[in-house]
Amino acid sequence: MCVAVPGKVLSVENGRASIDFSGNVVTARSGIIDIVPGDYVLVHAGLVIQKLKESDAEDMKKLFEMLGEDDE
Amino acid sequence: MNEYVKKASAFLRDYDGPKLSFMEICGSHTNALSKSGIRGMLSEKIRLIPGPGCPVCVTPTSFIDRLIRLLEGGEAVVTFGDLLRVPGSKGSLNDLKALGYDVRMVYSPADIVDMAMNEPDKSFVFAAVGFETTTPVYTLLLEELIACNVKNVRLLTALKTMPEVTEMICEGPTRPDGFLAPGHVCTVTGSDLFRPVAEKYGIPFAVGGFKPEELVMALYALVKKAGSGEVINCYRQAVTESGNKAAEAIVNKYFIKSDAYWRGIGMVKSSGLLLRKEYMSYDAGSDNLTEDNLNTGCCCGRVITGEITPDKCPLFGKACTPANPVGACMVSEEGSCRAYL
Repeated sequence: MCVAVPGKVLSVENGRASIDFSGNVVTARSGIIDIVPGDYVLVHAGLVIQKLKESDAEDMKKLFEMLGEDDE
Repeated sequence: MNEYVKKASAFLRDYDGPKLSFMEICGSHTNALSKSGIRGMLSEKIRLIPGPGCPVCVTPTSFIDRLIRLLEGGEAVVTFGDLLRVPGSKGSLNDLKALGYDVRMVYSPADIVDMAMNEPDKSFVFAAVGFETTTPVYTLLLEELIACNVKNVRLLTALKTMPEVTEMICEGPTRPDGFLAPGHVCTVTGSDLFRPVAEKYGIPFAVGGFKPEELVMALYALVKKAGSGEVINCYRQAVTESGNKAAEAIVNKYFIKSDAYWRGIGMVKSSGLLLRKEYMSYDAGSDNLTEDNLNTGCCCGRVITGEITPDKCPLFGKACTPANPVGACMVSEEGSCRAYL
């Protein structure tokens, strides 16, 4: 039930955003997050709950190094 | 696969240190760990326990019973699909729907506003269950109801908060060596939500995402930080330490902390939320829903506290199946027993 799905913001107007989930466009409330078209967001139960940061391979490297020694 | 994820996967597969048990407290994690095969690829020294992280699994029978009484009184009950099959004392919402009562399933609670405006003579009740992720959704619904002057909608709430139940588990005989902290809850609250419990009991909490590589890194973090009271954020794409302050403010505007009854577990102090008294006209009788008439033999409570694995329940896969769930943990794909099956 706590499922949140990532999608891309197409438009925002009066607290309602059109979100594209791989071609399936739905309307969600944007009440707790400032978003603009083009943002990637997480949507839960019709509400945008977060704007996603870009993720890259560097994140895994930083996390791995932060957690301690190389285990090879 | 990223080379660091490969290293972490190999570490978890070959781990040969002291036995460790980690509890996941998010139904989506329970589901993702099973579907990705991660549960089966871990060293035998690492045990994963599906904890009380599925909202419908911890909703007591008295909540369903109350909804049924509201239906019998002529009101319409609106909710998410997962809740429809959760057994109450004498049946589920789906049973009532089959008898012709007005049970409606929605994707978002906000959908009830149009229903209520289109049918002004009908009384609607939204069955509002959920954890910290979902509560802000209900507050925005309340804002909309008030702004649109909609008077024919009330909420029956069974809203719960996670830190208190993790603390209860830490005080019991099944304290795990770490918690896989719920990614979507922390998206709203921030990872600091779990810092007090982590530090008090000296066990790590790793906030995990939902892709296999994110889960692997979170489990790797738990092994590496076992014995520490650290909170490790392994879902940085979505989670900050302090969370969403706008969500926190609007939740505090409408709701106040309360004790809450968890199905199969019992009362957990300060682990819930109720509407503040100034908004009680929107409440459909949520307080004191503490009866929990579980089917004889149902072991859901022992499963979600880590006392037993689902297959040790005498009903598992026999009397209790996804098609005919006896316990709430068999209802949803996020439920411990359903995922285990």
